Amino acid sequence: MIHFILNEEEISTSIPPGMVLLDFIRYHRHLLGTKIGCREGDCGACTVLVGKLLDGELHYESMTCCLMPIGNAQGKHIVTIEGINPAPGVVNGLNPVQQAVVNAGATQCGFCTPGFVMSLAGFCLSNKEATKENAIAAVDGNICRCTGYKSIERAAEKIAELMKTRKDEAPVKFVSEQNILPAYFSSVKSKLLSLTNDQFLTSLAGRPVPDSHPDSYRDPIVVGGGTDLYVQKHDDMTHADTRFLFDDPALKGITKEGNKCVMGPSVTVTDLKNSAIINEAFPEFQQYAKLVSSTPIRNMATIAGNFINASPIGDFTVFFLALNAQLVLSDGKSKRELPLRKLYKGYKQLDKRPGEYIERVWFELPGKNTFFHFEKVSKRTHLDIASVNSAISLSMNGDVIAHAGISAGGVGPIPLYLQKTSAFLRRRTISEEIIKDAIEMAQTEISPISDARGSKEYKRLLLGQLIKAHFIHLNHPGGE
Amino acid sequence: MKNKTTIGKNKLSLQTGGVEGNMDAYTHVRGESVYLDDIPIVNGTLYAAAFDSPVAHGKIKYLDTAEAEKMEGVIRIFTAKDIPGENQIGGIIPDEELLAGTHVHFCGMPVALVIAVSEEKARAALKKIEINIEPLPIITDPREAKEKGELIIKPRTFLLGDLDTAWQQCEHIFEGVASSGGQEHLYIETQGAYAIPQENGTIRIYSSTQGPTAVQRTTARVLNIPMNKVEVDTTRLGGGFGGKEDQATCWAVLCALATYHLKKPVKYSLHRMEDMRMTGKRHPYTSDFRIGLNKELKIIAYEATFYQDAGAAADLSPAVMERTLFHCTNSYYVPNVKATAYSCRTNVPPNTAFRGFGGPQGMFVIEAAIAKAAEALGIPASDIQQRNLLQTGDEFPYGQKAESEANECWSKANQLYRIKELQKEVEAFNAKNKWHKKGIALMPVCFGISFTKTLMNQARSLVHVYTDGSVGISTGAVEMGQGVNTKIVQVAAKIFSIDPAKVKINTTNTYRIANTSPTAASAAADLNGKATEIACQAILNRLKQVASDELSAGSGGKLPVETIEIKNELVYENGHVTGLHWKKLVMETYTRRISLSEHAHYTPPGIHFDAGKEKGHPFAYHVYGTSIITVTIDCLRGIYEIDSVKVVHDFGNSMNPMIDLGQCEGGIVQGIGWMTMEELIYDQEGKLKTNALSTYKVPDIYSVPKEISVHFLDTKKSNLAIFNSKAVGEPPLMYGIGAYFALRNAVKAFNPEASIPLDAPMTPEKVLMSLYPVSVPANL
Ligand SMILES: Cc1cc2nc3c(=O)[nH]c(=O)nc-3n(C[C@H](O)[C@H](O)[C@H](O)COP(=O)(O)OP(=O)(O)OC[C@H]3O[C@@H](n4cnc5c(N)ncnc54)[C@H](O)[C@@H]3O)c2cc1C
Ligand code: FES
Ligand code: FES
Repeated sequence: MIHFILNEEEISTSIPPGMVLLDFIRYHRHLLGTKIGCREGDCGACTVLVGKLLDGELHYESMTCCLMPIGNAQGKHIVTIEGINPAPGVVNGLNPVQQAVVNAGATQCGFCTPGFVMSLAGFCLSNKEATKENAIAAVDGNICRCTGYKSIERAAEKIAELMKTRKDEAPVKFVSEQNILPAYFSSVKSKLLSLTNDQFLTSLAGRPVPDSHPDSYRDPIVVGGGTDLYVQKHDDMTHADTRFLFDDPALKGITKEGNKCVMGPSVTVTDLKNSAIINEAFPEFQQYAKLVSSTPIRNMATIAGNFINASPIGDFTVFFLALNAQLVLSDGKSKRELPLRKLYKGYKQLDKRPGEYIERVWFELPGKNTFFHFEKVSKRTHLDIASVNSAISLSMNGDVIAHAGISAGGVGPIPLYLQKTSAFLRRRTISEEIIKDAIEMAQTEISPISDARGSKEYKRLLLGQLIKAHFIHLNHPGGE
Repeated sequence: MKNKTTIGKNKLSLQTGGVEGNMDAYTHVRGESVYLDDIPIVNGTLYAAAFDSPVAHGKIKYLDTAEAEKMEGVIRIFTAKDIPGENQIGGIIPDEELLAGTHVHFCGMPVALVIAVSEEKARAALKKIEINIEPLPIITDPREAKEKGELIIKPRTFLLGDLDTAWQQCEHIFEGVASSGGQEHLYIETQGAYAIPQENGTIRIYSSTQGPTAVQRTTARVLNIPMNKVEVDTTRLGGGFGGKEDQATCWAVLCALATYHLKKPVKYSLHRMEDMRMTGKRHPYTSDFRIGLNKELKIIAYEATFYQDAGAAADLSPAVMERTLFHCTNSYYVPNVKATAYSCRTNVPPNTAFRGFGGPQGMFVIEAAIAKAAEALGIPASDIQQRNLLQTGDEFPYGQKAESEANECWSKANQLYRIKELQKEVEAFNAKNKWHKKGIALMPVCFGISFTKTLMNQARSLVHVYTDGSVGISTGAVEMGQGVNTKIVQVAAKIFSIDPAKVKINTTNTYRIANTSPTAASAAADLNGKATEIACQAILNRLKQVASDELSAGSGGKLPVETIEIKNELVYENGHVTGLHWKKLVMETYTRRISLSEHAHYTPPGIHFDAGKEKGHPFAYHVYGTSIITVTIDCLRGIYEIDSVKVVHDFGNSMNPMIDLGQCEGGIVQGIGWMTMEELIYDQEGKLKTNALSTYKVPDIYSVPKEISVHFLDTKKSNLAIFNSKAVGEPPLMYGIGAYFALRNAVKAFNPEASIPLDAPMTPEKVLMSLYPVSVPANL
């Protein structure tokens, strides 16, 4: 059974937990305001808000429910557009977010509009500073084909102004008190608390592998955020045997242990963005993360999902390859440690045994003398998969490179750690000549193919440019 | 809403009938607007899914549906054999089968239709269908198609002046090739239809279509039933952009076919990847041009040959090709022109209408020619553009004389935005910055309003005033976000002088309004608005007659009708308020057994075109404008941003500035998308590689220009538009073409030697490859 709150209603359902929340919302509950534009997380028409208790506090994040298995709704508050429409009798029938959209003329055909309104409501429910930029960032996963977005920017600006008076008040309290969102929001926390007191919540996660399994035994599909699984295997997921790791508290968290940063596999990109440890270690992390997918996808996408998906352009795979991250793999009984660099054996082929899942990820935090940088270029700068991406980690000893790690994505069948190039850079002093040689060396390690993201010639040229960009950035952080 | 200063407050309320923005906005933001997939499901509804060809061209050797038919929940599988009428959906030319009979002509061509009890089961069954196709040669290049004689229609040529002599007078002559890519419509609501059987063999079809009559006509043809047994109903579309003008028909007819046989409701709402794979797009073009200028930089000769990639069937390609010819000289007067167009049959899905309808493709080529000339002469293209702008009285290659605002828009833009200074700022920036370069380009636009097929310029409106004073209107226009319904409300509210809240627009329905033209060509508000105006006026005249009778009662004489006026729902006589008001007058009219309804017909006067001579007066009027686009490229990575788009646009006298501004901004961004990141890639086998939102990129909120300023040109000229408020749907898209040339200029600022093919879109890949033509990276 899955239990959650949908708008004001408590739901207990025995539908398969692998079914996407979108179908449940639209076709089982007939809440038709949530739209379908792509079923691939790429348009935001299906955006809902997901409220979750964290350390006793209620936090909301936007998610695209077309990729969200209903199993991941367990114990949460799911909010659709119907859940933020003002109660009957409220003047105008519109909340201030909706009113701002109307006043700005920020809706034309209207098909994308509920998604935009939900994302903007998500901004109001977040702890983000009330700036126009942050309000706009909230709709970075919403595509509108009609308006050209300028009117949406104007609406976002008005909504940011609306939130300026919040100051330090808890967002949920503020928005329900100010009638920005319906009053029932203030009682959701207690309802969720009683819901999550039950023990059923972990039951979707833990499922040990049988000691001796018959030939017919197949691993259950491990589900993180679902943002890859539901794109790749959409049709098979509803009835698949699934194991949900997304909310398993044992698999979350980012901590510092000495020089090491230790992360649970179900850490999302948003968790990374919010982590003080990460931001301290990578001062430009916010810029990097902005290049990865969109707000709702970042709220769902886990690092383990990124690694195991084994896409040659996985952004965080490339990021952590340069840092020589280590994985702890477990099958529930025994564990082993494996460098991320050794995980990939060929196109979508992994050094992973049946039943194994990633239980931990750790890496050495960059020291004072370590320079780290991440570059990504895609056809569309935001919400797009890289044509080529690359990360570099250089430990410097004065002018000399003591240790180098360079990775590159989109230039081979797997995300690449550029071993020869990294080795070449060791004990070198950075100079134009060395950079040129490193770029040439990198060309010998890659084998890009032509596809929708670019020709192989382009990808070769681009990787060279990104390597160059790393070094320019090293010399002129912040501006080139 | 910068610079939207020319509209005074009072004038605004008079012109708008008290309406601002789109009246649908309220239900949109509450998620209560109804689209196809939101229509309540009738008991017993079945679900359809199309099995489409995996091969771009070939002969079907066998099609095996037996396994699929056995699957649980599968009701039936239909093929071409099950079609009772003609297996034909071609609108202009009958050359497109609904379901492939013996041959397939493109990847994505429907071959069979699975009907099952659920969507999931229908789609699962698709995977069990087996097909064996004997491959035939595949053509994906329009020039190759032309060489092989694969033409949809005979080529057409527009001629003006005497080109042969003109070349001899030219000081400079340049020639080259220019190509522009296709464009996926990417309406966020995918295609879909829902057919429901009615008594007596009648079928009601809910269709997400811009052309309900096309759906009705084609269904009748395919099912071999009369049109009066097909009711097509459309509430609104979640975007159309031309993609649902002709291509919505197929899905509706497929549902109707199944309903016809099974007597059950059948629904099909396409998945995004099905939609992208199976439907046609904006036509890619490749063209040859030759341009000749005199010493004063006047363009005196222009020759262009267009090769249109029509795809595998005609669809609307002949009409699109025609508009390419109409707009081949954009906003310029060229005295000697020869423009020829070929509609070339290839093995990709039939390409179709898309905002601009071939016009943008035609304009791109002359802009490319001008850019090439400017680059060779070492001057900004704007020097050539400005000198050649159309003047009133200038003749277009098709014989119509211009009623021009081209110079007015340009000089207003110059006055507001200071073109030369902007160009200098760009130069100064480029001199200072190594890794970032800016580029600037101007894009004047002249776009003709009317269906180029003259007979399509007709519309009807049915207006009912109910006895409580509320008004219900039906027209042939389809609402898809462009605000046509709001504008029609405004028309009625203005004519009757009543609260717009009293007016409701009904669904577009072929039972209420017959024989409609599709909602296209930017003309829906004009045609349907004018028809509504006529209908309202007729009712108003009767109401006034009644008012005059009523007010004359007991006064001996009869008050002349001309002395009666209705203002804000009150009846005035000679400027004095009377005891009569709207509601009372309406009831009185009813009591006197006088009609409160009117069905009116409108067709714009004075338009004609002789396709034999290729001359005439095809357009009711033209829309003009000028835009200035500035971009910045990152010369290290090849990525770029659009800094600003500054526009002066000729809206005429806008009746809804908020809607019109929205159309303008939306069109600009869509045009920029077409010119920059939207890249359709078909492989050699005719398979679409960019078949999902993850590979086909349209602008997101971060890729739009940082600034869009739109100034409404102040113009007093009258025109044939509804209340002088000019059509606005398509013209702004073409401002986006400037982005391509601005990017080119920015690349040239970094690498003056760059030889950049005139080949849109200008993707980051093309930018980087032009910045560094040899793949050895340049020095740091
Ligand atoms: C719209 C959109 C945009 C995207 N943009 C980007 C982008 O910019 N950059 C990028 O890199 N990716 C992008 N992605 C891909 C995807 O979001 C990421 O790869 C993400 O990190 C996957 O994580 P997940 O938790 O959603 O994975 P899931 O879909 O849940 O799982 C993916 C795979 O990992 C396995 N898995 C999950 N957790 C574990 C575990 N603990 N142990 C073992 N196996 C596990 C699953 O079984 C599955 O095989 C995008 C996806 C979408 C839909
Ligand atoms: S439907 Fe497009 S993101 Fe979910
Ligand atoms: S209003 Fe049509 S997609 Fe946004």
